Amino acid sequence: MYELIVIGGGPAGLAAAREAWDQGLRKVLILERDQELGGILNQCIHNGFGLHHFHEELTGPEYAARFIQQIQDTDVEVQLDTMVLQLLPGAPHQVHCVSAQHGYQILETKAVVLAMGCRERARGAIALPGERPAGIFTAGAAQRYLNMEGYMVGRRVVILGSGDIGLIMARRMTLEGARVLACVELMPYSSGLTRNIVQCLEDYHIPLYLSHTVTDIRGHNRLEQVVVSQVDEHRRPIPGTELVFDCDTLLLSVGLIPENELTRQADIPMDGRTHGAVVFENMETQVPGIFACGNVLHVHDLVDYVTAESQRAGAAAARYVQGEQAAHEALPLTHGSGVSYTVPQRIRRGSGKVQVLFRVGRVFGTSRIVVKDDTGTPIAQFPRSHMAPGEMEQITLPGVLLDRAAGGLTLSIEEVEET
Amino acid sequence: MYDVIILGCGVVGAAAAYHLARYPLDVAVLEAQNDVANGTTKANSAIIHAGYDPEPGTLMAQLNVEGNRMAGDICQKLQVPFARVGSLVLAFDEGDLHTLRTLYHRGVQNGVPGLELLDAAQVRQTEPNLSGEVVGALYAPTAGIVDPWQYALAMAEVAVVNGVTLHRSAPATAITPVEGGYAVTTPKGVFEGKYILNATGVFSDQVHGLLEEPDYAITPNRGEYYLLDKSQGHQVSHVVFQCPNEKGKGVLVAPTIHGNLLVGPNAQPVADRHDLGNTAQGLAFVRKQALRSVPGLNFGENIRNFAGLRANSTRSDFILEESQTHPGFFDLAGIKSPGLAASAAIGKWACDRILEKEPHLGAKPDFVDQRSHVMFQHLSPQEKNALIARDPRYGRVICRCETVTEGEIVAALHAPIPPYTINGVKRRCNAGMGRCQGGFCAPRVQAIIARELGLDPCEVLLDQEGSYLLTGETKGQGGNAHV
Repeated sequence: MYELIVIGGGPAGLAAAREAWDQGLRKVLILERDQELGGILNQCIHNGFGLHHFHEELTGPEYAARFIQQIQDTDVEVQLDTMVLQLLPGAPHQVHCVSAQHGYQILETKAVVLAMGCRERARGAIALPGERPAGIFTAGAAQRYLNMEGYMVGRRVVILGSGDIGLIMARRMTLEGARVLACVELMPYSSGLTRNIVQCLEDYHIPLYLSHTVTDIRGHNRLEQVVVSQVDEHRRPIPGTELVFDCDTLLLSVGLIPENELTRQADIPMDGRTHGAVVFENMETQVPGIFACGNVLHVHDLVDYVTAESQRAGAAAARYVQGEQAAHEALPLTHGSGVSYTVPQRIRRGSGKVQVLFRVGRVFGTSRIVVKDDTGTPIAQFPRSHMAPGEMEQITLPGVLLDRAAGGLTLSIEEVEET
Repeated sequence: MYDVIILGCGVVGAAAAYHLARYPLDVAVLEAQNDVANGTTKANSAIIHAGYDPEPGTLMAQLNVEGNRMAGDICQKLQVPFARVGSLVLAFDEGDLHTLRTLYHRGVQNGVPGLELLDAAQVRQTEPNLSGEVVGALYAPTAGIVDPWQYALAMAEVAVVNGVTLHRSAPATAITPVEGGYAVTTPKGVFEGKYILNATGVFSDQVHGLLEEPDYAITPNRGEYYLLDKSQGHQVSHVVFQCPNEKGKGVLVAPTIHGNLLVGPNAQPVADRHDLGNTAQGLAFVRKQALRSVPGLNFGENIRNFAGLRANSTRSDFILEESQTHPGFFDLAGIKSPGLAASAAIGKWACDRILEKEPHLGAKPDFVDQRSHVMFQHLSPQEKNALIARDPRYGRVICRCETVTEGEIVAALHAPIPPYTINGVKRRCNAGMGRCQGGFCAPRVQAIIARELGLDPCEVLLDQEGSYLLTGETKGQGGNAHV
């Protein structure tokens, strides 16, 4: 019987496992489906990781290496090349997994941390019309080919979506000798980090077409052309605005989806907005003893935030195993006007100060983040000069205010009239 | 000289080969593409229709009902995923109810067993997620869902195991009469055969034209589809059709044999027989029509769109006939819906014609009528463990969405008809068929193909000739040096 099984050995799983170890757990197992720890960081060979957590700039593999070392300094057990097929909540929880080395195993544990990460939305998710030739890759798959396998995927490239991976790949393909003809974004703003727009597109004179999308794909065998059209305010293509690009490669950077098939199978309540589990302030799902953190819970833009969140999950899992029951009344936290989601969605009274992560639904200028209770009374306000959907927001709610709040909480954005 | 040359290894050509392989005949199958079943067989509704749709007395009616009966038995013997889930044709108004009665009577005449007309309450009890506007339905218990590609592959593999020769990348470029038969010229050489079966799908009029002017033409008609995630797979448990009416044939919503949900198709005549593109209008039509049947469909859970070409022709029935001027040359053409359902019977029809010409032939005593196809995800934990103990590669999951192991992929790569391409592996093992659409596993599958077949990874294609994925190595002698 394990005290804790962590499903996934990427940045979330590594941080959660190490924190649980530091808090005193001694029977901890990480199950990782790939052949090495580190997750998707291993293919992110660019820098920019660790500015918050380590106060220095690291590459993805360097960031991962530090946490892998932290795990190797402990007696946390690791099984690589091991795929979890099923999670059965209960007392104890059961984890069914398979590997070449151990065959089909049914493992028992007191607590579980879900840290499976996310996957890229593929072409089907946006029902992209046109033919289906070779040469259409998700940006992450292209990144794997280039950075892990050592192969180029094309010579003339259009990128659909301005998510961070797409922006990073615009630069990466350029550095490898490809011509990146355009980065095309459906929305009137980019969903990527501003620093990536500057460093990956502008520095290489790659045009960014906002409010545009791909409306046709041509080529029977390998991609030959994509057609790009401007869209109106309802995101419908405007006839007559077509631009035709001769290219052999289309990279898709059209969003990430938390990989929660195990979670759904286990009947753990989900949030339709985050596509992750509904969690309390300590990252515990609605099933006692099962926690979730990192991109499986909601998609982050900085790994540093994944680390912080996962440390909270690891610490809470340790407290759970050590018998500390969190049985206080829980307040629902709802996303109000201008907010697309919040994590957590439930806050237990008496938890002390609570970190709330959320995303806004559109770009905001000078505005304030307002948290109200059921009576409509604001319990906290936070001013901001700029917020965008591409950058996750964070606030800390003091415990004393939470204890005083009447009923459920709503987090919303109010624009401030500039005078 | 071969006894029989089958042109085309779609489900019809494969079925003909499967039946002919039972007899002491030298049979060759010539497939134009680099893999079997890459035309209409790979992109259709994946339905084994019950047989109430075709006009009584037609070949379509007879062979559909017979093919439906045969499919269950063949799929069981050859381990092809198949389930007789039954179908419903929905009525939304009085006119539709009238159509249902017509279909019912047609079905009875065609010999379709178990047909029932259901009232609105019975329909809702059978399928709770259907629209409240449904006023009745025709229920056909014998309709089934199948993996059409596996169906074709399985029949082709058994044919090959029993001595049939298959050549891929061998399109016919000329057909000429020779002493005692015909010579078929292909890039893989010239093949002579006493009898020719033309099963080349949407190209069958052109292939027939290599020998003589055909008296029919294929008029390809494109149908577009959505394939939704398994999260939507339980929206319906039967194949749900709409009534054909003046607005069109209607759009179906059906569970797939792999647990996804298939939605489509529209119908659009096309001139380019290679154009399998989707269109924004076509997809919008499919969405709108499907929501009439099942209002709760979540198209946000779409994992793939695709399109297929129906081999419609200038005739209304299947074109199964011997050339009047060139005896021994048979068309198996114009195989539109319900072609998949009828395919096994079409193959048998063709085999019977050859046996009429060669009446002395008796069945081979050593015909092997079975095939094994291991799908790891469907095994019990004990079976999984036993398999991994025997071959640890079955413990290495390559496709995480569909739980496909390295062992299954390696087995496919050494099967009687091995794949050379990533999509060839996908269609055989399901790797890359799931919600991430190969985003994670494609590079791994590519590496396994290269390793097992001794290829450079850059030579491993996505699908048909010309569908290359990699342009060279990075920062080396790669393909980008000149850019």
